[in-house]
Amino acid sequence: MAYDYNKFLRMEKMPTLWCWGCGDGVILKATIRAIEKMGWNQNDVCVVSGIGCSGRFSSYLDFNTVHTTHGRTIAYATGIKLANPDKHVICVAGDGDALAIGGNHTIHGCRRNIDINFIIINNFIYGLTNSQTSPTTPQGMWTVTQKAGNIDPTFDSCDLAIAAGASFVGRETMLDPKKMEKLLVKGFSHKGFSFLEILSNCHINLGRKNKMVSAMDNLNWIDSISASKAKYDKMSEEEQLNILPLGVLKQDEKAEEYCDLYQKVIDAQQGKRGKITQDDFEKKI
Amino acid sequence: MGTREVISTGNDLSARAAVDAGCTFFGGYPLTPSSEVMHTISDLLPKVGGTSIQMEDEIAGICCVIGASMSGVRALTATSGPGMSLKAENLGLAQMAEVPLVCVNVMRGGPSTGLPTRVSQGDIKQASNPSHGDYRSITLCAGTLAECYTEVVRAFNLADRFMQPVIVLTDETLGHMHGKAMLPTVEEVKAGIVPRKEFTGDPKDYHPYECGPTEPAVLNPMFKGYRYHFTGLHHDKNGFPTEEIETCRKLIQRLEDKVVVHQNEIELNEEFMCDDLTGEDGEVLIIAYGSVSLAAKEAIRHLRKDGIKAGLFRPITIWPSPAKRIKHFTDKIKNVLCVELNIRQYTEEIERASSRLDLEGLYKVNGRAISPHEIVAKVKEVF
Repeated sequence: MAYDYNKFLRMEKMPTLWCWGCGDGVILKATIRAIEKMGWNQNDVCVVSGIGCSGRFSSYLDFNTVHTTHGRTIAYATGIKLANPDKHVICVAGDGDALAIGGNHTIHGCRRNIDINFIIINNFIYGLTNSQTSPTTPQGMWTVTQKAGNIDPTFDSCDLAIAAGASFVGRETMLDPKKMEKLLVKGFSHKGFSFLEILSNCHINLGRKNKMVSAMDNLNWIDSISASKAKYDKMSEEEQLNILPLGVLKQDEKAEEYCDLYQKVIDAQQGKRGKITQDDFEKKI
Repeated sequence: MGTREVISTGNDLSARAAVDAGCTFFGGYPLTPSSEVMHTISDLLPKVGGTSIQMEDEIAGICCVIGASMSGVRALTATSGPGMSLKAENLGLAQMAEVPLVCVNVMRGGPSTGLPTRVSQGDIKQASNPSHGDYRSITLCAGTLAECYTEVVRAFNLADRFMQPVIVLTDETLGHMHGKAMLPTVEEVKAGIVPRKEFTGDPKDYHPYECGPTEPAVLNPMFKGYRYHFTGLHHDKNGFPTEEIETCRKLIQRLEDKVVVHQNEIELNEEFMCDDLTGEDGEVLIIAYGSVSLAAKEAIRHLRKDGIKAGLFRPITIWPSPAKRIKHFTDKIKNVLCVELNIRQYTEEIERASSRLDLEGLYKVNGRAISPHEIVAKVKEVF
């Protein structure tokens, strides 16, 4: 029997505003399946989104949902999670949302290691607003703001998340919804900041002038620039230069989660334990 | 009414007021001269099981406060002018989505980095509309140490009543002033808490933004079984984005009317030695607010000793402005002196309310407080 998505979808909001062939719908469905696998109560889940095509993610899902300002998902989610440590918070942001305007919040969400599940849908372009350059748009591609070709260097968002201290970092593509679902379940199960990058297509606004006018063309390109971490690790540095590794890239179950740490502050201030000192931490600097 | 004597600073009192008023969440970023609010509240909140977090920037400070408030808790942020500028966009979201919170702005010299450790009232106009778009800001302005406490308490109750951010303006003088304040008891503050309205029926019948044309939304806390949507976009009765013409018009009109129609619940003024001002020549009405009013009162005592009948009208709720009361006081009296630590920011509102363009003004923008002597000298010079 076909999987029943309806119970977690706001069916009256269908059809979505996403373009035909867009990966966002595939990611939406994988998210629903992952949430169901977690067995979470519908009322205990909050989905926070930002601005861009991914911003509409929250309005289609039948949970407690928040559509925030551009780039600020993690900042909103931090307040929601800290005030409700026993609830489940999922953020959905695009590459522009998470890495450009909201880059600072992304770094500090990772650093705090607060238990937020951060899904970043990376389609390498500002799609909703017609093809402006994003921090992941490859150099040399056409964008509407760099018609002579994009000169801005990109960065690898998973490398950023690892360096900033996220305790779970993984990447998948919308080409393999099953693997994506598994990654989401692993991330959702992890206590701490889960940075979950999903590579997706925008054949409309990335592809149209970059020789990927169909969804399949765009997806074939994503396939060509990604490989499993196992394969990636065997590659030469030269080969790795143009490949994004897929799968779980970091998983640290020992890293202390921020709400748990804050509980120590509460306990210290209420006299249930001594003041927090450097002796409480393995890492001193 | 019971009172208690407390010796403290304005910033410390603002933090204590929030906790006494039931605030359990603070998010912010250190900003001179407001930082002591965070210094105190970060110490107090964990003691009552609440949470205080120093975020990575001013924007994150307001965002986490809005997020926490969506889940039903009373939440505070504190900052000064540069932080207000950064918080503006998300204050706009809180206005649009009708999420209550209190934002204390301890004013310092501006524009830009300005005079970080010096006093100013330069954020008066900004407080009326910090972000783009149409809505009615509720802005309270503390004029004494005690009001650094009582106005924060009042702000929390107004925020939950009208479901929107409430700004409390204090300034560097009050924030760092150390002295005696007579405060209501904590029991009184607790007894005066007016909780947010909540819908208790079947979730199927719940439409958070379906309310009377002059009433705020009824937003149940998240995670309680009433699932709906928050957005900064124009939205329908359940919070979902819409561009439907009538829905858009009604929403923005309601954001205006829910405040304007209920101004009597929001307005608060002090009228000091105004009773015997009949409008005769030689009498003077001073209009001032915030810490400047302390100097104005002292000046009025001096002027009265010298035989000049003078009084003070002081708006405590700055926005929406007490336009009718301003009209009442300025209608007959010949001499009106506006005293501000900015250049005519509120005087223009007084001109509008009074329909008069002959008001005298004393304005100071060098980061220094106005002394009673300066006000006395100005009165004697111009009237």
